[in-house]
Amino acid sequence: MNYAELFHNLKRKNEIALIPFTVIGDPNYQTSLKIVKNAIHAGADILELGFPFSDPTADGPTIQAADQRALQSGITTDQCFEFLREVRSYSMIPIGLLIYANLVYRYGIEEFYAKLSDISVNSVLVADVPIEEATPFIKAARNSAIDTVFLVSPLTTNERLTQILAQARGFIYLISRLGVTGVRNDVQDLTIKLIKQIKRKTQLPIAVGFGISNPEQVETLARTEVDGVIVGSAIVKIIEENIDRPENINTEIGSFIASLKNATRGSCKIS
Amino acid sequence: MKNGYFGHYGGQFVGETLMPAILELDSTFKKLKHDREFNKNLNSLLSKYVGRPTPVTFCPNLSTKFGCKIYLKREDLAHTGAHKINNALGQALLAKAMGKTRIIAETGAGQHGVATATACAKLGLDCQIFMGVVDMERQKPNVFRMKLLGADVIPVRSGTQTLKDAINETLRDWSASTATTHYLIGSALGPHPYPEIVAHFQAVIGREARFQILKETKRLPNAVVACVGGGSNAIGIFRAFLKDSDVRLIGVEAGGLGIKSGKHAARFADPELGKPGILHGSLTYVLQDQNGQIYNTHSISAGLDYSAVGPEHSYLREIGRAEYYYVTDKECLKAFHLLSEMEGIIPALESSHALAYSFKLARNLDKNDILLINLSGRGDKDIFEVARYSGDKL
Repeated sequence: MNYAELFHNLKRKNEIALIPFTVIGDPNYQTSLKIVKNAIHAGADILELGFPFSDPTADGPTIQAADQRALQSGITTDQCFEFLREVRSYSMIPIGLLIYANLVYRYGIEEFYAKLSDISVNSVLVADVPIEEATPFIKAARNSAIDTVFLVSPLTTNERLTQILAQARGFIYLISRLGVTGVRNDVQDLTIKLIKQIKRKTQLPIAVGFGISNPEQVETLARTEVDGVIVGSAIVKIIEENIDRPENINTEIGSFIASLKNATRGSCKIS
Repeated sequence: MKNGYFGHYGGQFVGETLMPAILELDSTFKKLKHDREFNKNLNSLLSKYVGRPTPVTFCPNLSTKFGCKIYLKREDLAHTGAHKINNALGQALLAKAMGKTRIIAETGAGQHGVATATACAKLGLDCQIFMGVVDMERQKPNVFRMKLLGADVIPVRSGTQTLKDAINETLRDWSASTATTHYLIGSALGPHPYPEIVAHFQAVIGREARFQILKETKRLPNAVVACVGGGSNAIGIFRAFLKDSDVRLIGVEAGGLGIKSGKHAARFADPELGKPGILHGSLTYVLQDQNGQIYNTHSISAGLDYSAVGPEHSYLREIGRAEYYYVTDKECLKAFHLLSEMEGIIPALESSHALAYSFKLARNLDKNDILLINLSGRGDKDIFEVARYSGDKL
């Protein structure tokens, strides 16, 4: 399924998309695959998956620790592709990737996107590639019919926003607050203002991420014009906390994702 | 050339959150770098506070021993004991011009941390320094100096707990704090405009040195040698000689326990691990594995213990204008002792890499040939580490 279709369907049902994020291979290949399948069952609408990187400077300590667990398990770029292939053969759920530039650059930018196209990955967001450096990545993505997702932050100027919207495909990843990824407790008024600002300029769906960690926040966001919420660190934290009791990971993540999904449903919009 | 690139190295590979701050820095720097008032302030600090110009010193005993004329550019005599202060003051002035009240910085050997803490104390800015706990251990004196200067030193426990991880942590802090905070990068690396800014503020080294050596010897040196971690002292002395095509420019990387051991920080010397890649904002040579994961480095000197090199060095190497070699920890230590004992100057372990290669090079030179070595810092900070290697108790 593509993003446009999915967001359209959800809108008709008066729902927003729940987009859980996990790191491929955290804490190891097989457990990670089970977690992803479980997330799909529990109500994920889109999967946001990260390739682990040794130096994830846009991420906070929780995701960095996940990257390190995955790398310590010995996962390689090719195994990440294999992982995606297994997820794709299991489900047609849209898949977005979150990745750091060096992994793509080292593999070969064109080759990397071509590989993802074979697996029918929907989109790629390169965390450390701003619009200024995006040209070769966008070109490769277009050649492979993959959407390039861009970040928009509370500090993004109007001028930059226009430049970003001209290149962005799939959806806009709106950073709800400054800083790196991590667990926080509330939704800032700033975010709601930003959502309105972006909506005036684009038809693209907006997904909000960075710091979304509980159903109350999701409920608040579901009442705005936002189209999806990305929940990363709060899920990855469950893996971290249950690292010695792997049997608990899936029950806990399952019920957490279900509660988040529930919060995305049937809210009346405030304007 | 594409904006922010040296050939095809450089660029601005950072997340969207940081881009507005980086663009603000770029426009401020462009506006102020030739501003009379700004440069008057900076030059006054450099002469009355830092003690510039630093001298060029002839080394008669080493010259006799190695059979050519050896001169040192004495950045070890700059206030705080290394070249880092040149850039720290320049960027702190830029930060003030942008209305920022807080400075954050990474440090490896602690020299940049000390220089930054010093500039902040002098100019009335809040200062937090991120430092890997491994580096805090091996550069204890500098950790205490930073504290004395009123800075907070924040221990970094992630990853290899060295310079690379300190940069990661500083970038993370900055992602949340750009409104009030300037990230004062200490080497000629990071996203554009940092490599250009750092080179600009360090270029004073080469300008002085070229003038001084011409005045003293009536000719240009055969070669200019500097150690290269990120590469700020090297680019600082190289820039003045770029157009002097007869002057060889030589950068010396940290060979650690040797290239084959895999325990080193020689981005150019290791054809398997050192490849073009993207780290900390720029496209440059990076030590990495086949998957593009950043490779962990080793060097006796904390200031050279870093996986990437400033993008301008990748460019100078590619166009053949500069040459890059490496020396091992052992060779570095030998040079450290030699300069101390023969010339009465205790060099930083970083700078000792430049010395060690120069001594090798000198054997192939004629007795009238001139070698100019950038002595980027003094070795007081390293005495505990050197004592540990030699088994001495302090």
